[in-house]
Amino acid sequence: MNVVVCVKQVPDTSDPDTEVHIDSSGKGVDESKFSFVINDADNYAVEEAILLKEDQGGEVTIVNIGPEAANQVVRMALAKGGDQAIRLDDEKFAFSDITATARLLSSAMGDLEFDIVMTGCISSDDGYSAVGVTLAQMLDLPHAAMVKSVEVIGEGKLKVGRELEGGLMEMLEIETPCVLTIQTGTNEPRYASFKGIRAASKKEIKVMDLAATGLSDDQVGEAGSTAVMVGYSVPVVGELAEILEGDAGETSAKLSGILKEKGLV
Amino acid sequence: MHDIFVLAEHREGELREITLEILTLAGQLAEQSGGKVTAVLFGSGVDDYAGKCASFADRVLVVDDPMYENFNSAAYQQALALLIKTEKPHLVLIGNTGQGVDLAPSLAVELDVPYSSDIVALTLEGDKPVATRQYYGGKIEGRIEFKDADLYVLAIREASTPAGEGGKSGEIQKIDNPVTTEVTVRKFLEYVEAAIGEVDITQSTMLVSVGRGIREEKNMPMMEELAEALGADLSASRAVVDAGWLPTDRQVGISGKTVSPKLYLTVGISGAFQHVTGMKGADVVVAINKDPDAPIFQYADYGIVDDLFKVVPALTEKIKEMKG
Ligand SMILES: Cc1cc2nc3c(=O)[nH]c(=O)nc-3n(C[C@@H](O)[C@H](O)[C@H](O)COP(=O)(O)OP(=O)(O)OC[C@H]3O[C@@H](n4cnc5c(N)ncnc54)[C@H](O)[C@@H]3O)c2cc1C
Ligand SMILES: Cc1cc2nc3c(=O)[nH]c(=O)nc-3n(C[C@H](O)[C@H](O)[C@H](O)COP(=O)(O)OP(=O)(O)OC[C@H]3O[C@@H](n4cnc5c(N)ncnc54)[C@H](O)[C@@H]3O)c2cc1C
Repeated sequence: MNVVVCVKQVPDTSDPDTEVHIDSSGKGVDESKFSFVINDADNYAVEEAILLKEDQGGEVTIVNIGPEAANQVVRMALAKGGDQAIRLDDEKFAFSDITATARLLSSAMGDLEFDIVMTGCISSDDGYSAVGVTLAQMLDLPHAAMVKSVEVIGEGKLKVGRELEGGLMEMLEIETPCVLTIQTGTNEPRYASFKGIRAASKKEIKVMDLAATGLSDDQVGEAGSTAVMVGYSVPVVGELAEILEGDAGETSAKLSGILKEKGLV
Repeated sequence: MHDIFVLAEHREGELREITLEILTLAGQLAEQSGGKVTAVLFGSGVDDYAGKCASFADRVLVVDDPMYENFNSAAYQQALALLIKTEKPHLVLIGNTGQGVDLAPSLAVELDVPYSSDIVALTLEGDKPVATRQYYGGKIEGRIEFKDADLYVLAIREASTPAGEGGKSGEIQKIDNPVTTEVTVRKFLEYVEAAIGEVDITQSTMLVSVGRGIREEKNMPMMEELAEALGADLSASRAVVDAGWLPTDRQVGISGKTVSPKLYLTVGISGAFQHVTGMKGADVVVAINKDPDAPIFQYADYGIVDDLFKVVPALTEKIKEMKG
C-alpha cells in the first residue's frame, strides 16, 4: 500500500500572539511574526498514511508546495515514518488558486506509483476544502472527502467513513487508487522519535521547479488560476462583546457580579 | 442565458435547510440579472422535497431514481455534468457542506470551469460573479474575481444567506435519469449516527466550553473546577475533542452538537464559524481569550481579553466565594 500525503505549512493560528495584518500590497499578510506549523488536518493524514504502511507495508511519500522553510514540516513527516519527499518550489507558483495548486500537486504524482493520495480536508489559513477533490478529478481517480476512518477490505478496495454535519458518518466503499481528504481527529498523531528525526535529516527532499513539473507558465500561479483573490480587507463586524477591563482579579469580580445579577450564579 | 442551478441537498428523509438558503440567494441574484432559478433534485421518492423547492424556484428538475436515495458524489457528478451540458446554466450553486465539498470541486474540473468555495457573500457585477470569503479563521476577508467563463461552479457557506419565505410556484419537471450505467467506483453503504454519551450537552443549562487555548490535557482539571463551581457541564471545541481531552459527545458546532444553555462560557476558543454555528441558541455568551481580534468576541455578550491561566483560577475563586 503506497500512500502519497500532501502537506501544507501554515501559520499557527491557535497562538494568541499570531496577529494577522494585511500587507501593503493588499493581497498578502505580514508573515514576519508568524510561527509556522503543519496544517492541522495534514498532521492526521500523515499519521493515517503511516498506520496503513505499518499494517500493509509499502511506502509513504510526502509532497509539499512551499519555500525552503517548509522543509521543517516535510522533515517532521519523514521523521514520523515518511520514506521520501518532494517539494515544489518556484517563484512562479505564488498566487495559485485551488486549481493551480491541485495541478502542481498532480504534476508531482506523475512518476509515483500509489494506491491512495491523502490531503487534509481543509487548510486552517485559506480554508477552501477543495484541493484534494480537485486533484482527484485531475488524476481521474475516485475520491472521498472529510474522511475519518479508513479500512482496507480487500484487493483494491477500501471502506471509508466520511464525517458529515452533526457527527453523522457516511460509510462507503471505494476502489483504489483513490484520493481521500482526511478530517482532523481521525487518529492520534504520534510524536517523532529522536531516531526518526536523525534518520529524516539524511533523507533527500527532491525539489521541483516549474521546468521539472513539465507545466507551462500559464498553468501555474495567477496566470494558471481562474479564481483570483484580488484583495484582502478587514471584515466589517457587528456589535462586539462588552469587554470587561482590569487585571484578572477585577475582570473575574466584574464577571461574577454580572452572572449573579442575571441569576446565573 | 443567466440561469442559475441550485443543487438540492437532502439526507435521511429531510430536505436540508442549506437548499432553501441557496435558493433564496439565487433568487436575489436572478432578480438582478433577469435569469431563472432552477432547483436540481436527485432522489428517490422526493415529491415532498420537490414541492418545497418549487416555492423558492422558477423550476424544479427532478431525477427520481433509487440510485439517488442516498448521496454518492460519483453518481451525482455524472448526472449533474450531463444536465449542465444540455441546460447550460450560467451559475451552479452548491452548499459548502459535507455533501457539497465532496462533489463541487471535481464537478468544476470535469466541466473545466472556474470554481471557488466557502463563499460567504456573492454578487454579480455585470455577468460575472464576485465572491467574498474568509481567511485565517475569519480574521480577514478576501474578494474573489473570476476569469471569463460561460459557467461558474460556486460552493456557498451554510447560514450565510438566511432562507426567505418562498412564495414562488415553480414548475416541477420530472426528467429521465441521465446516468444509464451503474456507478461502481464508489458505493454508499450506510449512515452511522454519532454515539450518545453520559452527558447530553444539548440539555445543559450552563456550559463551560473549553478550547485549544488551554494548550495541554493537564490543564483540564482547572476547567473542571470552574465548571463545578458554576454548576455547569463541560463542553468543547473540535480541537479539544480531536486531541482526546473530552469525548466526542461534548463537541459543540457544525459537526457536533447544537446547544442552548442559559450561560455559555468559552475559554480559549477562537470562534471559528464551524463552532459558533452550534452555540447560537445560548442566552448569555461569555468569552475569555487572550487575542483581542479573536472572532469569538463578535458572538459574545461579555468578553475578557486576558491570559486564561490567570482569569480562570481567579474566576473560580470569586464564584466559590459568592456561593459561600
Ligand atoms: C500570496 C498568496 C496569494 C494567493 N492568491 C490566491 C488567489 O489569487 N486565488 C486563490 O484562490 N487562492 C490564493 N491563495 C491561496 C491559495 O494558494 C490556497 O492555498 C490554495 O487555493 C489552496 O487552498 P487551501 O490551502 O485552502 O486548500 P484546501 O482546499 O483547504 O485543501 C487543503 C489540503 O490541500 C493540500 N494542500 C494545499 N496547499 C498545499 C501546499 N502548498 N502543499 C501541499 N499540499 C497542499 C493539503 O493536503 C491541505 O490539507 C494565495 C495564497 C498566497 C499565500
Ligand atoms: C467540516 C468541519 C467541521 C468542523 N466542525 C467543528 C465543530 O463542530 N466544532 C468546532 O468547535 N470546530 C469545528 N471545526 C473546526 C473549526 O474550524 C476550528 O478549527 C476549531 O473550532 C478551533 O478550535 P479552537 O477555537 O479551540 O482552537 P483555535 O482556533 O486554535 O483557537 C484557540 C484560541 O485560544 C486562544 N488562546 C491561546 N492561548 C490562550 C491563553 N493563554 N489565554 C487565553 N486565550 C488563549 C487563542 O487566541 C485562540 O483564539 C470544523 C472544521 C471543519 C473543516
